[in-house]
Amino acid sequence: MLQQCTGEENWVDSRTVYIGHREPPPGTEAYIPQRFPDNRIVSSKYTFWNFVPKNLFEQFRRIANFYFLIIFLVQLIIDTPTSPITSGLPLFFVITVTAIKQGYEDWLRHKADNAVNQCPVHIIQHGKVVRKQSHKLRVGDIVLVKEDETFPCDLILLSTSRDDGTCFVTTASLDGESSHKTYYAVQDTKSFNTEQELDTLRATIECEQPQPDLYKFVGRINIYQERDEPIARPLGSENVLLRGATLKNTEYVYAVAIYTGMETKMALNYQSKSQKRSAVEKSMNAFLIVYLCILLSKALINTVLKYVWQANPNRDEPWYNEKTESERQRHVLIRAFTDFLAFMVLFNYIIPVSMYVTVEMQKFLGSYFITWDEEMFDDEIGEGALVNTSDLNEELGQVEYIFTDKTGTLTENNMEFIECCVDGHVYVPHAICNGQILPGALGIDMIDSSPGPDGKEHEELFFRALCLCHTVQVKEEETVDGIKRGIHQGKGTSFYISSSPDEVALVEGMKRLGFTYLRLKDNHMEILNREDEIERFELLEVLNFDSVRRRMSVIVRSGTGELYLFCKGADSSIFPRVISGKVEQVRARVEHNAVEGLRTLCVAYKLLTFEEYQDICQLLETAKLALQERDKKLAEAYDAIERDFILLGATAVEDRLQDKAADTIESLHKAGMKVWVLTGDKMETAAATCYASKLFRRSTQILELTTKRTEEQNLHDVLFDLSRTVLRQHGSLTRDTFSGLSNEFQDYGLIIDGATLTAVMKPDQDGSTGNYKEIFLEICRNCSAVLCCRMAPLQKAQIVKLIKFSKEHPITLAIGDGANDVSMILEAHVGIGIMGKEGRQAARNSDYAIPKFKHLKKMLLVHGHYYYIRIAELVQYFFYKNVCFIFPQFLYQFFCGFSQQPLYDTAYLTLYNISFTSLPILLYSLIEQHINMDILKRDPSLYRDIAKNSLLRWRIFIYWTFLGVFDAVVFFFGAYFLFDNTTFTSNGQLMTTNTQMMFGNWTFGTLVFTVLVFTVTLKLALDTHYWTWINHFVIWGSLLFYVVFSLLWGGIIWPFLNYQRMYYVFMQMLSSGPAWLCIILLITVSLLPDVVKKVMCRALWPTTTERIQTKRKCLNVEQSTIFMLSQTSSSISF
Amino acid sequence: MMASSYNAKEEDGHHSVSAASGPSAGPSAKSKKPDNTAFKQQRLPAWQPILTAGTVLPAFFIIGLIFIPIGIGLFVTSNNIREFEVDYTGVDASSPCFTCSQTYSWNSSIPCKCAVSFSLEQPFESNVFMYYGLSNFYQNHRRYVKSRDDSQLNGDKASLRNPSKECEPYRSHDNKPIAPCGAIANSLFNDTLELFYIDPNGTRTQIPLVKKGIAWWTDKHVKFRNPGGNNFNLTVVFQGTTKPVNWRKYVYELDTDPENNGFVNEDFIVWMRTAALPTFRKLYRIIQKKSNMTPTLPRGNYTLDVTYNYPVRSFEGRKRMILSTISWMGGKNPFLGIAYITVGSVCFFLGVVLLIIHHKYGNRNNSADIPN
Repeated sequence: MLQQCTGEENWVDSRTVYIGHREPPPGTEAYIPQRFPDNRIVSSKYTFWNFVPKNLFEQFRRIANFYFLIIFLVQLIIDTPTSPITSGLPLFFVITVTAIKQGYEDWLRHKADNAVNQCPVHIIQHGKVVRKQSHKLRVGDIVLVKEDETFPCDLILLSTSRDDGTCFVTTASLDGESSHKTYYAVQDTKSFNTEQELDTLRATIECEQPQPDLYKFVGRINIYQERDEPIARPLGSENVLLRGATLKNTEYVYAVAIYTGMETKMALNYQSKSQKRSAVEKSMNAFLIVYLCILLSKALINTVLKYVWQANPNRDEPWYNEKTESERQRHVLIRAFTDFLAFMVLFNYIIPVSMYVTVEMQKFLGSYFITWDEEMFDDEIGEGALVNTSDLNEELGQVEYIFTDKTGTLTENNMEFIECCVDGHVYVPHAICNGQILPGALGIDMIDSSPGPDGKEHEELFFRALCLCHTVQVKEEETVDGIKRGIHQGKGTSFYISSSPDEVALVEGMKRLGFTYLRLKDNHMEILNREDEIERFELLEVLNFDSVRRRMSVIVRSGTGELYLFCKGADSSIFPRVISGKVEQVRARVEHNAVEGLRTLCVAYKLLTFEEYQDICQLLETAKLALQERDKKLAEAYDAIERDFILLGATAVEDRLQDKAADTIESLHKAGMKVWVLTGDKMETAAATCYASKLFRRSTQILELTTKRTEEQNLHDVLFDLSRTVLRQHGSLTRDTFSGLSNEFQDYGLIIDGATLTAVMKPDQDGSTGNYKEIFLEICRNCSAVLCCRMAPLQKAQIVKLIKFSKEHPITLAIGDGANDVSMILEAHVGIGIMGKEGRQAARNSDYAIPKFKHLKKMLLVHGHYYYIRIAELVQYFFYKNVCFIFPQFLYQFFCGFSQQPLYDTAYLTLYNISFTSLPILLYSLIEQHINMDILKRDPSLYRDIAKNSLLRWRIFIYWTFLGVFDAVVFFFGAYFLFDNTTFTSNGQLMTTNTQMMFGNWTFGTLVFTVLVFTVTLKLALDTHYWTWINHFVIWGSLLFYVVFSLLWGGIIWPFLNYQRMYYVFMQMLSSGPAWLCIILLITVSLLPDVVKKVMCRALWPTTTERIQTKRKCLNVEQSTIFMLSQTSSSISF
Repeated sequence: MMASSYNAKEEDGHHSVSAASGPSAGPSAKSKKPDNTAFKQQRLPAWQPILTAGTVLPAFFIIGLIFIPIGIGLFVTSNNIREFEVDYTGVDASSPCFTCSQTYSWNSSIPCKCAVSFSLEQPFESNVFMYYGLSNFYQNHRRYVKSRDDSQLNGDKASLRNPSKECEPYRSHDNKPIAPCGAIANSLFNDTLELFYIDPNGTRTQIPLVKKGIAWWTDKHVKFRNPGGNNFNLTVVFQGTTKPVNWRKYVYELDTDPENNGFVNEDFIVWMRTAALPTFRKLYRIIQKKSNMTPTLPRGNYTLDVTYNYPVRSFEGRKRMILSTISWMGGKNPFLGIAYITVGSVCFFLGVVLLIIHHKYGNRNNSADIPN
């Protein structure tokens, strides 16, 4: 199947769909049944059969797992210094645990898929309604969908329960627009609206192969009637009902399936959920490769040296240490290779399998702190944050770009009437209480002085206009979804429903101002006025809203027979058509409101004479009946009708921002993040929200890159224009900063729409696309905020991708609440879903889900910051402690004839990473808090301290590695000099029975190991800034555990072991005074440089973080008494 | 105690939740809401130390003040220890053991003897420990280290008949299992050293050398055991095994004293503890102080009589005999003392540097920050 790219205009490949699988009448066309996939949705990764091989393959694709597998196999095959169990067991454990986890997750996905695939759909077969499971639906089936049902696949609308062949649909879960959209049945099939009639329909549909663009569809329907030539009608996107959308306000529809299963536009808009890897994991892998190189070179150096050293046969095989016959006969190359592998095995602990286990555990356990966080719990929804992928915890601390959806994410998706202005007089309904009217709150607050009698007339006309000029319907049911408001307090059975939430808000606002719209009955609109009288207006024409005109009109006949044309629309489309009225006052008010971030509409009217009305009817009729270019002709007709208005006033509606949305965005800005708003909504609304949420400020200069502008000028010029503006500013800015006058700098906000974006991204004929993209990115980089409106879901993902792969490779975060955000959530480095009104699609596909936008602040500034510093330390420390661990072993090879003799006992080799040093770092990486949570929240700029993966830079990594090497050298040569000079040959007369004990190689190793364990643990203790009782318990506990284990390990002749080399070694060592002195000395020397470095850096070049830490400490000292008092009081309450 | 206080706190947290949400909050709402415990909210009470110049300063001075005296003490002690070392390998043609070192053969029945004379400038007062030292001898070679069977040495009869594979190629000889098997046992140091004091008037007095109590107590009594216990007739017990290839005698002929024969022979046990480094010394004998009046080894001339059995020339090794007294800190080792003094001084110096930094920058930072 060919897939077409977005924006491709040509109808490259087509499919023919036979409605109801009925052949067309013979002779017209050859009947070629085509094969299409069934309606099954598959999101799971594995099947029962391929799970084991596929999962194993995927796991061993991870470089570390593969490495451990190789080490394990080497240990199995050749004679190595350590037993294969030491690496095989942990590997097996890791692989099994991961496989179980992934298997479980996939099982859940299977379950979800099954639920979707098995939900029932109604299909018309042979004139009867048949229930089928969704996944059995095939292309060509006629489907019956009832109100509030979701379409099971992409359908062509044939007929509806309405006579005019229209139906209302909400595509909220697809593109985020919660408004109801009108779709049209094919004119020639709309009469087929019973099962029997449909059975007689013979038609074929030719359409393009599926493509992801939601708003584009090209097709043709051929209807075969008896004897006649088939009628061909064009099909457009207004005929297509998309999977995922929901039928509203229409009893039922009949439609025919054209795209099913994974070919639906919704499925094509989903991207496969690829494994996301965090920046930390990437650096970790880079470090890993460095260590792999170190390991290989160590092994290589030792192998070469071994053979150089062994060139003398008396060294290779002295009389006291002969080889076996088989060893002697082995070829020298094989021996060398085996030696190389043996060295590899000996040093392989430098990359410990336990690091991966610890990192996984840290991520898994650490993510619980997000779900446990009470501040991120929303009482309204009754849910807290959710973690779907714990792999990305630390990425939350690295975010540079935030892409946010608007509707439902920044805003509540909840309109509120704020005020209206009639002839410059402002009316504010008081007692606004979240959509509910308080009893007795019908009064009007007049800000201005009361208008005169002439004003009074205008005022009432204005209110009536708003009560009449809309497409609101009254619904008498309680259980309707979508926008619903109770009309009658107490009854609670009637709601206003409209395709636009603004209209509902306006009609409701009018109700609060005394004019209640009751219903549309027999083409008469009924209004309850202030005097509780019912006024009836006959609805004559509705000139529907469209986004080009940006206004709508109604023509009504009042009870007294006067003909009115009421029009409401955006200020820019009303003012040019006004001939009288108090334009200046209204305009001032409108501008004031727009700055406040309110959505404004202007209302105007004109009185029509009967003749005028006749003309209008004529005009509309001809336009509506036109077969070609109907839209264009209608637009012309509307344009001719809607002119010469008298301005009445303006309204202001607020799409309420989510709680603390502006504050959150401000904090994110301060933390150095760039916030982009990507929305499917129209530009004006989106821009208003951006102002309200402080994304754009009053001082922000807005750069527009929209279709409107590119129509006037070509794209090339616009782009260069904008970049010149921005760059000039940039140039002067740098000069200003030099002269210290940077306060006055202009910040820019960019607005771009979907169509223009497509043009920017589209590869040009002459291949200059890269150029456009670069200029666009350059402009974006210099803008503090960007607003992208009219975005298709996949375009959102494209934007994210564009930024993600721009040359700085910034970390991106996408946040949204609807299914239309899913693709960008999947594309961004971190995807966050908001558990909103528009279903759970986003939350399900996201990496993290939060109840409200404001929780993003704590998520990033606190949790992200903590996770990042924790995991950064974890990674660095792990490499450090294994350098400390393995480097002495490397040095020892120089003193044992390069014979791969391990320095430490097997038990120590195995347990070092598993138990002696694992828990303190794991705990650190779970609960470390270098700065208090509240300070992190209060001071977002601290987030900049860890930006760009700053704690895992190569410089810091090299510092840690060198520190490790230094410590290792101290351990080894410290012990070496003590042994070499024979202090340890005896321990004096303290214990008479052991007066002259000799220390062997195992004692040497144990001494080094003891110093090692203590140093490494204490180093972590020095790095810990947050000592809870658990830290004390774990750090001192693991040191104690080491001592107890060593005593036990050396205290018994272990019956199951074939060697007893550790017997009493540890105890003998501890009974020697110099050993104690040596241990203390070596630990001190090893820790000294790091402490000095830390103290010096803090004193001389402190980072912001360190400054705040120090400052806090000073304050603490001053306030210690107060602190102590509060401490005691709180401890009493324990 | 800590745990209990934590639990109490947790309960307290629960309490406050219910208090905050009030009785109206149903049980279902409560179950989904995360617990307000200090742990889950990451608000455990904690000590938050920060390493600043101010806090670290005292530690540096204290370390300096403690380490320097310790170092001086160690250094002085080490210097008071008498140690004497003599190399009897016989590398030079002029050295007395030259011939012996040249005419080496494992199978020669007549042992080669040589005598090395030396003189002690100062008397050795307390107990003197006599060591043999080997150089360039890789007792820590992996092939060598693992070439032993601990269960055989522990008296296990099955292992006696069928030693571990690790002992190859010193596992069996003439189809008989070797006891003790392995390279370590096979290469047991078998020079005999005897010490004579030459009176100023020329008489040779043999100095009594104690050969017991030179191994770890636990090794001698637990880790190493003869098969069937020490009371058995060792000749019978070791029936069916053969001696290591390089040995002249069977393992049950190492000593006449049954407490020091077979696997529990102390010279053997000392040898079996493989050295960490290629140059090492092992305890050979102890010269016990007889009375308080006379030094253990008075100053004067001595002769070391060597029965030269052990070949080291093939791998360019050296053999030495060392006499040393010991102190509370063991043998002579100036390194530890010097290291302590150095580290102590460095800490002290750093303390001073930090003090300067603290005064110069610490105040500046704080004053610059607080207005922010």
